[in-house]
Amino acid sequence: MTRTIDLTLKVWRQKTADARGGFETLHATNISTDMSFLEMLDVVNDQLTLDGKEPIAFDSDCREGICGQCGAVVNGHPHGHQKGTTLCQLHMRHFNNGDTIVIEPFRARAFKLVRDLVIDRGALDGIIQAGGYISVNAGGAPDANTIPVSQEKADLAMDAAACIGCGACVAACPNASAMLFVSAKVSHLALLPQGKPEAARRALAMVRRMDELCFGNCSNERECEAECPKEISIVNIARLNREFIKAGFFSAVR
Amino acid sequence: MNWLTNTLGTSIGKKLMMAVTGLSFIGFLTLHLAGNLSIYGGPEAFNAYAEKLHSLGPVLVAAEWILLALALVHIATGLLLFVQNLSARPQRYRVNKSGGGRTIGSATMPYTGLLILLFVIFHLANFSFVDKSHTTIFDVVSRAFADPVYVAIYIAAMVVVALHVSHGFWSLFQTLGLNHPKYMPAITVVGTILSLVFGIGFGFLPIYFSFFA
Ligand code: HEM
Ligand code: SF4
Ligand code: FES
Repeated sequence: MTRTIDLTLKVWRQKTADARGGFETLHATNISTDMSFLEMLDVVNDQLTLDGKEPIAFDSDCREGICGQCGAVVNGHPHGHQKGTTLCQLHMRHFNNGDTIVIEPFRARAFKLVRDLVIDRGALDGIIQAGGYISVNAGGAPDANTIPVSQEKADLAMDAAACIGCGACVAACPNASAMLFVSAKVSHLALLPQGKPEAARRALAMVRRMDELCFGNCSNERECEAECPKEISIVNIARLNREFIKAGFFSAVR
Repeated sequence: MNWLTNTLGTSIGKKLMMAVTGLSFIGFLTLHLAGNLSIYGGPEAFNAYAEKLHSLGPVLVAAEWILLALALVHIATGLLLFVQNLSARPQRYRVNKSGGGRTIGSATMPYTGLLILLFVIFHLANFSFVDKSHTTIFDVVSRAFADPVYVAIYIAAMVVVALHVSHGFWSLFQTLGLNHPKYMPAITVVGTILSLVFGIGFGFLPIYFSFFA
């Protein structure tokens, strides 16, 4: 049997990046608890459209937790209070009838607000462009085991590569730092033989770009790790720090 | 030397300076506490310890200047980080909940840091930059702690130091990249123990003076 709940939403509404924004109170009625959070917003938007009002602007793409496009701060938690899930994978059964839900965009100086809950996460792309790649032409897939990689290394690299670039770590960080994101991107390449030749240049370039883009400085508060939908560990931040120390003090890269 | 300023000037570089200077202060606090334990040996032991320390002459002066330089780096960098971090999120959240990562210690680092700075100035004015030609350091200290206001300020300051170190100790290892699955649990426990040792070890001294000495 489908259960339905009624909710009060306090949603951040802002027409453009430079317009004054504010919270609007909306009612979401007859919401099936089987819906995802984004489907609930779809229902609210349908009603707003029927009423001749502007629907709430929010981002989404895959709606299965893998693309990193969705995200908002729900009752003070990026992607909501459920651990290890994106907003599109947060289901309404985790809310109670009569709840008031405050929905805000991810806030950081580096993420310019586009409209309502939509933000421009281009700064994260900028960091990737600075060095989050390997520059050799990899060609076709090599035969298995031509380059030996230990299972432990492969697992660690895979865990880091699970980062979907959603920006929740930045949103959760009291300092709006992007260290968890950068550490995941630096780690998954630094752990593998293919990423090693450029490791020093990459670590320096990505950290410098991160600073230029006005992200805050990490102070090891661990909020990023607690809110990351892919549960990326801060062990990666320590690895980034190591890679940075190696590159800054012991490599020939300037 | 351009590469050096380029490296230390980044966010991680600034954090490295915080970690190295912070670790030096923890080393200093450990030595300072060990020396102060001579207070329990009575006035003679404490005065003898102070005399021995000052007989080091130029070595002591050098250590003091090094500490001052480290303090300037720690304070200036800490303030810069604090200001940059505030400006990295110009618009605050209406609802701000912790996901469970931060602690009272981690959330208050800049504030406990500034309070420590105020305390250090107060402390040096009390016990360091005073005329000791007609008295002993034991008498200076016991006269100060005859006043309950001084006792309260010193105990409160040690709670603040304990908070700062409770986050600072494990955090500096993380900053230096020394996070290892086998050792990190021990490092966090040592950090907690160390902050308790500093808090209780220093904090009990004024109590000892006002009740037992
Ligand atoms: C006895 C005195 C002090 C000790 C033992 C101490 C120790 C430490 C340690 C170990 C850290 C951690 C570094 C890291 O995370 O890598 C730290 C961070 C910090 N300290 Fe201190 N400190 C002292 C005094 C001060 C003072 C006087 C200030 C002044 C304004 C201050 C401000 C800060 C700030 C803001 C941070 C956080 C930096 C960040 O993580 O972004 N500290 N301290
Ligand atoms: S580290 Fe986690 S929170 Fe940060 S961008 Fe990647 S997936 Fe999102
Ligand atoms: S829409 Fe793709 S992760 Fe949520």
